[in-house]
Amino acid sequence: MNTDRNARIGKLKWHCRRALLELDLVFARFWAREEADFDVQSEAVLTRLLELEDHDLWDLVSNKATTDDAESAAMIKRLQCI
Amino acid sequence: MNYSVRKFDAVIVGAGGAGLRAAIQLSEAGMKTAVLTKVFPTRSHTVAAQGGVAASLGNSEEDHWHWHMYDTVKGSDWLGDQDAIEFMVRNANECVIELEHYGMPFDRLDNGRIYQRPFGGHMSNFGEKPVRRSCAAADRTGHAMLHAMYQRNVKVNTQFFVEWQALDLVRDEAGEVLGVTAMDMETGEIVVFHAKATIFATGGAGRIYYSSTNAFINTGDGVGMAARAGIPLEDMEFWQFHPTGVAGAGVLITEGVRGEGGILRNAQGERFMERYAPNAKDLASRDVVSRAMVTEINEGRGCGPNKDFVLLDVTHLAPETILKRLPGIHEIAIQFAGVDCLKEPIPVVPTCHYQMGGIPTNYLGQVVVPQGDQKSVPVPGFYAAGECACASVHGANRLGTNSLLDLLVFGKSAGETAVKELKTGGRSHKPLPAAAIDKTLARVDRLNNQKDGADVHETRLAMQRTMQKHAGVFRFKDMLAEGVEKILAIDAQVAQTQIKDKSKVFNTARIEALELDNLIEVAKATIVSANARTESRGAHVRDDALDVPETPNGRDDKNWLKHSLWYREGNRLDYKSVQLKPMTVDTIELKKRAY
Ligand SMILES: Cc1cc2nc3c(=O)[nH]c(=O)nc-3n(C[C@H](O)[C@H](O)[C@H](O)COP(=O)(O)OP(=O)(O)OC[C@H]3O[C@@H](n4cnc5c(N)ncnc54)[C@H](O)[C@@H]3O)c2cc1C
Repeated sequence: MNTDRNARIGKLKWHCRRALLELDLVFARFWAREEADFDVQSEAVLTRLLELEDHDLWDLVSNKATTDDAESAAMIKRLQCI
Repeated sequence: MNYSVRKFDAVIVGAGGAGLRAAIQLSEAGMKTAVLTKVFPTRSHTVAAQGGVAASLGNSEEDHWHWHMYDTVKGSDWLGDQDAIEFMVRNANECVIELEHYGMPFDRLDNGRIYQRPFGGHMSNFGEKPVRRSCAAADRTGHAMLHAMYQRNVKVNTQFFVEWQALDLVRDEAGEVLGVTAMDMETGEIVVFHAKATIFATGGAGRIYYSSTNAFINTGDGVGMAARAGIPLEDMEFWQFHPTGVAGAGVLITEGVRGEGGILRNAQGERFMERYAPNAKDLASRDVVSRAMVTEINEGRGCGPNKDFVLLDVTHLAPETILKRLPGIHEIAIQFAGVDCLKEPIPVVPTCHYQMGGIPTNYLGQVVVPQGDQKSVPVPGFYAAGECACASVHGANRLGTNSLLDLLVFGKSAGETAVKELKTGGRSHKPLPAAAIDKTLARVDRLNNQKDGADVHETRLAMQRTMQKHAGVFRFKDMLAEGVEKILAIDAQVAQTQIKDKSKVFNTARIEALELDNLIEVAKATIVSANARTESRGAHVRDDALDVPETPNGRDDKNWLKHSLWYREGNRLDYKSVQLKPMTVDTIELKKRAY
């Protein structure tokens, strides 16, 4: 069970390696804060966001764009949290 | 440890601009081609490029490849090879048009032609006045480029291995390259990609510095792998820095901020650029501003508890100006400096941006090394292109937008040369050398079993801080010498890194430890080459290189008009001459570089 979670989080963390330094920094901060109690529901939402192109994801994180999806919007807020 | 073998005509490591362009060439020619990449192709660092790609199309005003050539030679401070530069600029138009045919959505003029904009250092009529030469797709040029080329590759059946980390070059006793060893991140399985042609397109290694505009993925893997396989690294002392990266983060603050009236200040609040450049002040050229910033920090006038940054102040500007004219800066300052730049200044430092040196190649994309009394002999089966390679077109300093061009021209050229060699039957699947493969297995085994070793994160940080302090944008004799000793000590620690997590599936700790093995090779090559080169040239600027008539700007052509070659074994240096003779036109003669 725990190994499964580790593998899933490992994969998610790797998918957080992006082409834009801005996003790398946002995710480094995010994982340092959230890794220990990151739940399955959050995993699903983050997985969805990580499918976005880098520029689109950065536009959301830097408030240049917004999303109608409430779960994604909440996750973006957590990513922005400094 | 077990491994399996897969056979291909060609294996390409890297799916950024250079790798994707090379792959198109091979797959279109019907070669069975594998592309390995650590991340999904369109998440390669090429995505970050916004400025555009240079080509003398002359769509908006008169332009000529010869003028582009002149600018590139001058930009390189005459360290660029003039044959390779002529090759690049003459092939620029064709490569850009090809990209258009792959579906690249370039910005257009009303008449339907590609729109072009001016970019620093690109001039008409041999340096006379700025010319519009950069072709862009809004502010997503790199991204659009990767998409167009990825789609093309899918069409021509290139086989992608996404989330695979290449570990080492497979080179036999005779020096021929027979492929790479790689790890599937999803399973931890190790596979030998046995190929008749191996192309490296792994991008730059900007993460050797503490402050870097490069994404985390830029760990110089190809350069490190080449060095471990006995290939020398060329001109690694040359790194382009950008004056204003956010301190502690590296995120780039565009020059436009100073253009709009932003002012640099030291700890005393002084507008120090008035002392260094009384006329241009904060708008002086990149190198002048960077050097002034470092001088302020070195002389104790830096800000913060460690006095290690200066401030970029826009608080005197109208908030509407900042928010309207400099979109993004407000958010970047909040996110990465934790300051509201409307009310407080932004902490900034000169930040590493681009790697000019790399794996030595000729303009055909073949990796070339000294052999006997010849300095540039092709390594059979081995090619490289893009930021990991040194063709050398950027010499001591790259011009903006010439890098995306380099990816297209030399990615294509490497692919084309490989196709030719494969078609003429000159290459076969030679038997795999067990010893070379064992080296990879031993490296991974060592990491898995290391006890009481060094922490990867701390060791990397020590390397990055040392490089920033001792081999940054402005270099000092004693600091360089001291830095070499420090980096060698850190190298010994890298050989003993330890990971706690031994799991196989997406073990990011292991991936990062293996990346550090590559970064340290780049760091050693950089600081050792920089320590030895006692002149200033392009981006390599030393405090002790005097600006006198015999050595203008500190550039010493009599002794240093030559390429450095650093060998990992013995940590030694060799040199080779610069190719001053172009392919068809006259040499662009040496003169003092001034803008
Ligand atoms: C912020 C920024 C803006 C820029 N803007 C411009 C611009 O406007 N114009 C311009 O000309 N240049 C620009 N540059 C420079 C230019 O973007 C880069 O030099 C260029 O994109 C490098 O492309 P590449 O194909 O060599 O490597 P990358 O795009 O970095 O790709 C490297 C590839 O190698 C893969 N890889 C690496 N190691 C391994 C391994 N061990 N195993 C498997 N795969 C591996 C990666 O997954 C990736 O696919 C900019 C650079 C930065 C940082």
